[in-house]
Amino acid sequence: MTDSIQAHADEKPAGLWRWVVTTNHKDIGTLYLLFALLMFFIGGTMSMVIRTELFQPGLQFTDPLFFNQMTTMHALVMIFGAVMPAFVGLANWQIPLMIGAPDMAFPRMNNWSFWLLPFAFSMLLSTLFMPGGAPAGGWTMYPPLVLMTGDAFPYLIFSIHLMGLSSLMGAINIIVTILNMRTPDMPLMKMPLFVWTWLVTAFLLIAAMPVLAGVVTMLLTDRYFGSSFFNAAGGGDPVMFQHIFWFFGHPEVYIMILPAFGVVSTIIPTFARKPLFGYASMVYATASIAFLSFIVWAHHMFTVGMPLVAELFFMYSTMLIAIPTGVKIFNWVSTMWRGSMTFETPMLWAISFVVLFTIGGLSGVMLAITPADFQYQDTYFVVAHFHYVLVTGSVFGIFGAVYYWLPKWTGNMYNERLGKIHFWCSVVFSNLLYFPQHFLGLAGMPRRIPDYAIQFTDWNQVSSIGGFGFGLSQLIFVYVVFHAIRAGRKAPARVWDGAVGLEWSVPSPAPYHTFQEPPKLADGQLQSEGV
Amino acid sequence: MKNSTRQQTNRKLAVRLAGVTLAMFAFGFALVPLYDVFCDITGLNGKDVNRISAVEPVAVDGSRWVTVEFLSNSNAAGSWEFHPSISKLRVQPGKLYSVSYRAHNPTNRSMTMRAVSSIAPGTAAGYVNKLECFCFRQQRFAANEQRLMPLRFMVDNRLPPEVGTVSIAYTLFDSLDGESAPGS
Repeated sequence: MTDSIQAHADEKPAGLWRWVVTTNHKDIGTLYLLFALLMFFIGGTMSMVIRTELFQPGLQFTDPLFFNQMTTMHALVMIFGAVMPAFVGLANWQIPLMIGAPDMAFPRMNNWSFWLLPFAFSMLLSTLFMPGGAPAGGWTMYPPLVLMTGDAFPYLIFSIHLMGLSSLMGAINIIVTILNMRTPDMPLMKMPLFVWTWLVTAFLLIAAMPVLAGVVTMLLTDRYFGSSFFNAAGGGDPVMFQHIFWFFGHPEVYIMILPAFGVVSTIIPTFARKPLFGYASMVYATASIAFLSFIVWAHHMFTVGMPLVAELFFMYSTMLIAIPTGVKIFNWVSTMWRGSMTFETPMLWAISFVVLFTIGGLSGVMLAITPADFQYQDTYFVVAHFHYVLVTGSVFGIFGAVYYWLPKWTGNMYNERLGKIHFWCSVVFSNLLYFPQHFLGLAGMPRRIPDYAIQFTDWNQVSSIGGFGFGLSQLIFVYVVFHAIRAGRKAPARVWDGAVGLEWSVPSPAPYHTFQEPPKLADGQLQSEGV
Repeated sequence: MKNSTRQQTNRKLAVRLAGVTLAMFAFGFALVPLYDVFCDITGLNGKDVNRISAVEPVAVDGSRWVTVEFLSNSNAAGSWEFHPSISKLRVQPGKLYSVSYRAHNPTNRSMTMRAVSSIAPGTAAGYVNKLECFCFRQQRFAANEQRLMPLRFMVDNRLPPEVGTVSIAYTLFDSLDGESAPGS
């Protein structure tokens, strides 16, 4: 039995059909990553529409309804279509390789989790062509506004159900894989940090996503079946939606950043040629961030009218998150301290992550101050804040991970020069794009508005130029990946000389089947060692 | 052999995790009553008690005046007319007052309505004692009937000192016969 499997080790169905029926974690990881890239460009196109309209005050290109559709869809596509699937793709590729497992625990469920996504997003994107247009009430879907959505409404709800189902199955698969499929030599406290952060993220997913599914179901029944969950006249309460939504929404923020923490904790030790500083504290910091994320949700809604005690509680608990996050930042800096650093492209992304994510974290602490938040609420300052953590945080983390592991996936080195050009263009333009939005927000420019007062023109133009530049820079990335697949020079098994971990013990490209037998761990083969 | 035991343990863990998922889905819905209970206990969000308050005779606080505003909204499908007879009243805490709301069913069939109250600011919700209110039960109106509906209330002496104005808002909505209003 085993022999015949081994004999057909690299046999796979030919052509496109292979990708539909595949249960191989590497294939599915590739599918997730390509899907995320496609969605990144679709969501990015929407943001280009937004930045074009905001280049000048007044209404130039879009009517306000379409503008609001763009902001709403941009957020939904980027969060659920680009960032989350990209991290699940990384998890699919890397977790079995990093823990010495032959595949994910449930390969067929894995296939299903991925293939729900194209259906979910076809449904969501088809709403752009419907009477009444796509959802335009903001990705947070606050009632009563969202209940005014046209024909798109049930499509929005059901596509969120599908995305939720997909991430839940993915999360369950990841937890089971990590807890049950590790090579016997690897106790939990020796797992690579990327695996640790994904384990915590997966638990966040199964705790938070079902609440989102529940709350959008309530919206659905409010609209079609006469319930009054959020209808004040029927005894419900629209503010309750915000409470339940953000009970999901805040953990969601960490779902999108914790795996990036794991990526950075993998890349920095490699190129600093030092073991990660404070491995155990990194694990505990990740877990405490995850716990705290469930008791801070109302900081998104300081202005709805809460008693003073609640405002204070949510302010302090939010600020508390800065402590474990600070532990991580200092650990990364300490890892680099006196290391023999080199600055290959993955390292550049990781260092810029540390710097720029910290900027986003600091503006987060500013927003956590309740009295100040009354001023910042719903301004561009908030937009600047969450783009610093999501773009220069999560997305830069994903880019770093792709450059770091691309040689392992394709077997070929990417073009270092082009990779660096991609990095420098991205980092310059993204700061040009988002930094001025801090000024706009502090000066009082509201978010989700297609028009603005003329005194905001200059910084909006700077921001738009940054936006166009950032958007175009991503085309370089597509070329780099394409070039690496087709024409790059051959990569050795251990691509980076400072890299540790089981994934580097298999040849590049990683064979279709790896670790059919649990590998033995050699000394110094894990990140956690030497700490 | 080893593979099948692994499959078993995997499946067991997956079923447990799926159980957690379902529990969290249920928890999302459980947040709704929990939220109501929380608001009822704390009186947050202007959710006042929709029943006759037991009021012990208390001394009138002659030194203090509070403005009470009366508001009405209609969220009913029909064309109900629904207004308070006065929009504002200066009251002294501890004293009993009577006002009324006028409702008119302009249609040619009998209809039932229900008024849901909300008090602002939320911190005052626990200090408006209603001795009689049309909001306590459904109100049935014959075709074209109009009538005055009473509200007898007293503002509690213990109303926080920073509250100078209390708004009592009633939202009217249709109630089908035999059905009680949601949230009642």
